[in-house]
Amino acid sequence: MSLLYIIAFLLLIIATHQLLRIIELSRSLKKSKEWEVKDSDNDTMGKSLLLFMFLFFGFFFWQMYQWNDKALPPTASEHGEKVDALLEYNFYLIIFVFLVTNTFLFYFAYKYRGRKNQKALYYAHNNKLEMLWTIIPASALAFIITYGLLYWNEITEESKAKDKVLVELYAKQFDWTARFAGKDGKLGSTDYRQISGSNAVGMDTNDVAGNDDILVKNEIYLPVNKEIVLEMRSRDVIHSAFLPHFRAQMNCVPGMVTTFKFKPTKTTEEMRKDPYVINLMKGINAAREKRGEEPIEFDYTLLCNKICGASHYNMGMIIKIVSEKEYNEWISKQKPFKTVAQK
Amino acid sequence: METNTIHTANTLHDEHVHTHAHHHHDDEHHESFITKYVFSQDHKTISRQFLITAMVMAVVAMVMSIVFRLQLAWPGEKFAFIEWVMGDKWGKDGILDPNAYLALVTIHGTIMVFFLLTGGLSGTFSNLLIPYQCGARDMASGFLNMLSYWFFFVSSVIMLVSLFIKDGAASAGWTIYPPLSALPEAIPGSKLGMTLWLVSMTLFVVSSLLGGLNYIVTVINLRTKGMKMTRLPLTIWAFLITAILGVLSFPVLVSCVVLLIMDRSFGTSFYLSDIYIGGRPLDNVGGSPILFEHLFWFLGHPEVYIVLLPALGITSEIISTMSRKPIFGYRAMIGSMLAIGFLSFIVWGHHMYVTGMNPFLGSVFVFTTLLIAIPSAVKAFNYITTLWKGNLQMSPAMLFSIGLVSSFITGGVTGIILADSTLDITYHDTYFVVAHFHIVMGLSAVFGMFAGVYHWFPKLFLRMMNKKLGYLHFWLTFLAAYGVFFPMHFLGTAGVPRRYYTNSAFPMFDDLADINVIITVSAIIGALAQLIFLFNFFYSMFRGEKAPQNPWGSNTLEWTNPVAHIHGNWPGPLPVVHRWPYDYSKPGAEKDFIPQTVPLAEGEADEGGHHH
Ligand code: HEM
Ligand SMILES: [Cu+2]
Ligand SMILES: [Cu+2]
Repeated sequence: MSLLYIIAFLLLIIATHQLLRIIELSRSLKKSKEWEVKDSDNDTMGKSLLLFMFLFFGFFFWQMYQWNDKALPPTASEHGEKVDALLEYNFYLIIFVFLVTNTFLFYFAYKYRGRKNQKALYYAHNNKLEMLWTIIPASALAFIITYGLLYWNEITEESKAKDKVLVELYAKQFDWTARFAGKDGKLGSTDYRQISGSNAVGMDTNDVAGNDDILVKNEIYLPVNKEIVLEMRSRDVIHSAFLPHFRAQMNCVPGMVTTFKFKPTKTTEEMRKDPYVINLMKGINAAREKRGEEPIEFDYTLLCNKICGASHYNMGMIIKIVSEKEYNEWISKQKPFKTVAQK
Repeated sequence: METNTIHTANTLHDEHVHTHAHHHHDDEHHESFITKYVFSQDHKTISRQFLITAMVMAVVAMVMSIVFRLQLAWPGEKFAFIEWVMGDKWGKDGILDPNAYLALVTIHGTIMVFFLLTGGLSGTFSNLLIPYQCGARDMASGFLNMLSYWFFFVSSVIMLVSLFIKDGAASAGWTIYPPLSALPEAIPGSKLGMTLWLVSMTLFVVSSLLGGLNYIVTVINLRTKGMKMTRLPLTIWAFLITAILGVLSFPVLVSCVVLLIMDRSFGTSFYLSDIYIGGRPLDNVGGSPILFEHLFWFLGHPEVYIVLLPALGITSEIISTMSRKPIFGYRAMIGSMLAIGFLSFIVWGHHMYVTGMNPFLGSVFVFTTLLIAIPSAVKAFNYITTLWKGNLQMSPAMLFSIGLVSSFITGGVTGIILADSTLDITYHDTYFVVAHFHIVMGLSAVFGMFAGVYHWFPKLFLRMMNKKLGYLHFWLTFLAAYGVFFPMHFLGTAGVPRRYYTNSAFPMFDDLADINVIITVSAIIGALAQLIFLFNFFYSMFRGEKAPQNPWGSNTLEWTNPVAHIHGNWPGPLPVVHRWPYDYSKPGAEKDFIPQTVPLAEGEADEGGHHH
């Protein structure tokens, strides 16, 4: 068998060699300069570039048509509305620029493809024109910067809400633990040296403020329409708490506490009834069915979005956004840290 | 000869043409094979050494990308190809191991960014063109130049060796953020693999500094008579600014890396604090991974322009030559490059909006980053205006240059979104970023590099590449490239994070499989298309048609010397420059090009001279 391969390989080499010799011979007979760009080449390539442009734009619109409804659903957080609005403007702007400039590029490549008697215009500069295309992008950018920074300040400023839910997201290879403040509204302090099997997030057991803290894994509940203040810590390497549906993300960095605040505006149930989400889930469940998997329902998901090791791709948590009442019921059923630790 | 000052020690001889036919018996510096092809100090040989080494590295990185693309498109499926490439440890039964996936992505990125597009691109074309286009006999220091290549070579070898060690190569991403990269308990790739990565990169920086200093000194000091700065081709301007960026930023990478080495091996705590791993708390306190990120990106951002500017320079030259038309806005082009170069040092924080860095600092970086879009836009418009009313000669190099302008725009516009901290919250570290940087930096720089190889092949190997194969290569590459990277935007808008071994762990990504398949199929087509290039390259190197002196009708100096590799570049005195390099189709001239060596006619104005 392997002998056959070797023979086939040798034959291929010989055949290629012969072919090349023929090409070389005919080339030297014709004294052709194969490399020279002829008008016929210019013509074919110029037209091909224009054709490519149509293909390219066609591909772009095809993708938009096919895949746009696979994008993240409309936001489910208060600040997310602004983010999405700004995003939309930005997308209109860049798609416009993308289409227009590529059109000029490929159209000129086609229109001015080389021809024997065509003479290029000696046109070295035009200060007015250059000024124009410095100022236009500059003013478009000024608009983007202004709004971007305005929103950025709002998103990142410290939470002023009186009535808020404080949650710690604790990351480690390779899962998440959420810690709720408990009745006293305060998260107990931590000490990484006290980490152990029964104290996985490194609570400082000398701090009584931590006794009523509540630790939850895999799935957490959060109330709708209330400001959620996330505080992030990591045990080992950098992770990133990514909550794409809320347009929220912040790295979890060992040795420091990072924060991100957001206000959910739609419960999980409401989201499941959103027409966009229904359509999205239809696609997902169709794909699952093809693979013989059970259908699922929409859920908000927390993902890890900073490379953190072998199971980085598999480090998530489900977040249920519920009414305040349901949230209170749920949290009252969770066991405080003290009882868990002393069990 | 006497009238000329000769600058480099090794060219102080009367020049003679080495032709293959007859070698002089009285050859004063008879070169052995070793000094001519191995430890050569000649910029042309060093250029070819860089090119071929980088091509080998690029093939490795490309095969890697095919392996992990197979995994991403068909997770869990068995591929004999994966087992064949990865062996039965990392590709057992044809399924890729998750740690090996991360190692592949890491080394793929490292090779592409540093070895292909920094070492390879600058190493090849700065070396080839700076002495040629400035009218110098060689680099300022041939010896340091030779060292630069050999450091590059050794660093490449170490990087490749690291692929074969027991625990696997570095796996923390090409950005090697600690603590992941610092702690061997965190990931197997952070054992010996990371050590080798750090050693390799340190040597790489040495190479890059030796090269860069040489390029700068040569451009500043060794320009021939009449070659004012305002008469330099834009290639040289691009290489000069690139070299300055490298010299200023790479040392910061070294300090960044040295601190990491200390944390890894000597118990310091620059980047480590409050860590519990491998079942025990570590003693390190007080360090911060954010410090690493600042240091890393202080290099990392200029690095993307180190990759991009040479490609833009090459394209400027080719677009002007092949449009038979002056480059539009020569001064604006230089100004834009200077502005980009300067600004690239004060935008690094845009990689860190959601790292926990102070948000106010983030705002400053939003501002500077969006500023950099302005000179970039000016460049794109100037390219397009250069095409306008030209007489475009569609060589493969020209096609790749047009391809570059397209990818520069297409990838550039998405940068506007990522630069905006508010919007980056959602897109940071998703496939939207992967799409953005591959198109704007990866494709543009690779297209620029291909353009350069096709265009200057006659200077590299004294022969011509095959045009038809060039066309085929361009079209397959161009189509496949957009087929790979355009759909990645849609993975990004669906929220898919990067550096995921598979998207099948979260149901929310279940409906994206067909996007991933399109990407992978395009990647395979694109990779196969490179075989055409490799064939054309090596075939033409030995059997291509002999190159004429000035095949593209260019104005620049490298086309004024004979078709031979001559020590000292010009057999007689060095050429004298009388005009800027872009007198194409000048009214009143006989031909559609006027080489820089042609004196100005009575009353003729020089665009490169005084400005009106
Ligand atoms: C053969 C064509 C290529 C394909 C199919 C390809 C594909 C990919 C993919 C799928 C990733 C992983 C993204 C992730 O999980 O984060 C990646 C990473 C990367 N690629 Fe490429 N790529 C190609 C060429 C290039 C080129 C030309 C460059 C040069 C700039 C490049 C630079 C990078 C970098 C810097 C990374 C990030 C590595 C990291 O996450 O540490 N790639 N590539
Ligand atoms: Cu993680
Ligand atoms: Cu950057």
